[in-house]
Amino acid sequence: MAAKKKTRTVAKAKSKRAAPARGGKSRHTLVMVSTRKGAWLFHGDAARREWRTDGPHFLGQIIHHMVLDPRDGKTLLAAASTGHLGPTMFRSRDLGRTWKEVARPPAFRQAGAGEKGRSVKHTFWLTPAHADEPGVWYAGTSPQGLFRSEDGGENWAAFSGLNDDPQYRARMGTEQDGTPDGPKLHSIIVDPRDPRHLYFAMSSGGVHETVDGGKNWTPLIDGLAVVEGLDAKNLAFHDPHCVRLCPSNPDRLYQQNHCGIYRLDRPGKSWKRIGEAMPKKVGDIGFPMTVHPRDHDVAWVLPMDGQSVWPRTSIKGEPCIYGTRDGGKSWQRLAKGLPKSQAWWTVKRQAMAADGGDPVGLYFGTTSGELWMSRDEGKTWDCMARHLPEIYAVETAALG
Amino acid sequence: MQVLIPTPLRSYTDQSFVEAQGGTLGALLRDLDRRYPGIRFRMVDEQEQIRRHIRIFVNGAQIFDIAHSLQPADEVCVVQALSGG
Repeated sequence: MAAKKKTRTVAKAKSKRAAPARGGKSRHTLVMVSTRKGAWLFHGDAARREWRTDGPHFLGQIIHHMVLDPRDGKTLLAAASTGHLGPTMFRSRDLGRTWKEVARPPAFRQAGAGEKGRSVKHTFWLTPAHADEPGVWYAGTSPQGLFRSEDGGENWAAFSGLNDDPQYRARMGTEQDGTPDGPKLHSIIVDPRDPRHLYFAMSSGGVHETVDGGKNWTPLIDGLAVVEGLDAKNLAFHDPHCVRLCPSNPDRLYQQNHCGIYRLDRPGKSWKRIGEAMPKKVGDIGFPMTVHPRDHDVAWVLPMDGQSVWPRTSIKGEPCIYGTRDGGKSWQRLAKGLPKSQAWWTVKRQAMAADGGDPVGLYFGTTSGELWMSRDEGKTWDCMARHLPEIYAVETAALG
Repeated sequence: MQVLIPTPLRSYTDQSFVEAQGGTLGALLRDLDRRYPGIRFRMVDEQEQIRRHIRIFVNGAQIFDIAHSLQPADEVCVVQALSGG
């Protein structure tokens, strides 16, 4: 299917304070934005001041996640569905100039007689595998399923037997137990030191780890809270929203959970609730979490209102980022440039990302279709684009 | 036999009416997929169920089971049940 494309220059930096990015003079930043009505690519210059917009791609299709393969710097995978057709996936080998539908998107096993089978509603999460495994990808679906492709995303198969494991199926709960858009398997993480060491998370169903390439999985839920009155030993009650591994220290994980912000230092197995250091009036509820590419003590969250009926909007209509530079011992409010009032944003778990620049650039997209960025690690913010469809995911990549 | 393709699926066929063969609706959809790879999974899920917003009519009557038998002269219409915004 051909993508509809147009290119123009938009969004010039307005900030007078942001220092130019110092890293990678010849490299530029790519920001991949997936929305409910298509996908966009934003190509930034080296200073991340001028942005060229490329899109929409797949206008009208729901793009749940679009990710660049860091192993070749040109292959994009886009997980797609529409509100009315079944799910599929598209692949580009030339950075989005042309797209081709993959041959066999993720699908569950066909049920036997008398057995109730599951159907993939959409692929929610895409993760390129280890650097030593070119062409290998992992995918998480809704309802929860874990899939792997060994041919660059062209053909997908169930990975590790998890999808039909009775114990894991029980942990996933029913389709009514998940998010409003369906329960999801997400946050698939590959240890950069070992392709057989993987993590993933399920909403609901907890965080899980394998050290033997998927033969065996171990839950990692010690220390995580669940909704008051429920049994924390029951995996089905655990709702990790977003889990991140620190590239600078693969033994450190951060997590934004339905019930707080956490850190885990391996080989430890118990999560520490670092969100308790957040201001009480803000709390530590949210969807996305992003980590610094070179400093494992630096991470960012985007708090949301998780009180009463869970509005899931910015608290009091005053959007802000909170950042820590000491591993969660303390948090700083970062809101310069963001609206001061009446901005009732929701930012989904995949919709915040960091780039590799110096200082690090941060990006997030709102469900109201605004794309925001910071060139100085969250100190000041500029709106890159507005009037996009509901933003589902934001990813970045450095291009040579 | 002639099959009417709804607009959301014409990116696969490039035309509104296409030719396909099959003794059952399931076989017809497999033949369609052979001619237009990928189109079947967007209409029928891995449990062989017609997807929620897909309607298939044979000679004007809605069919819910892909095991439904077809005759060479049957008219098959695939319709997209659009809803929402």
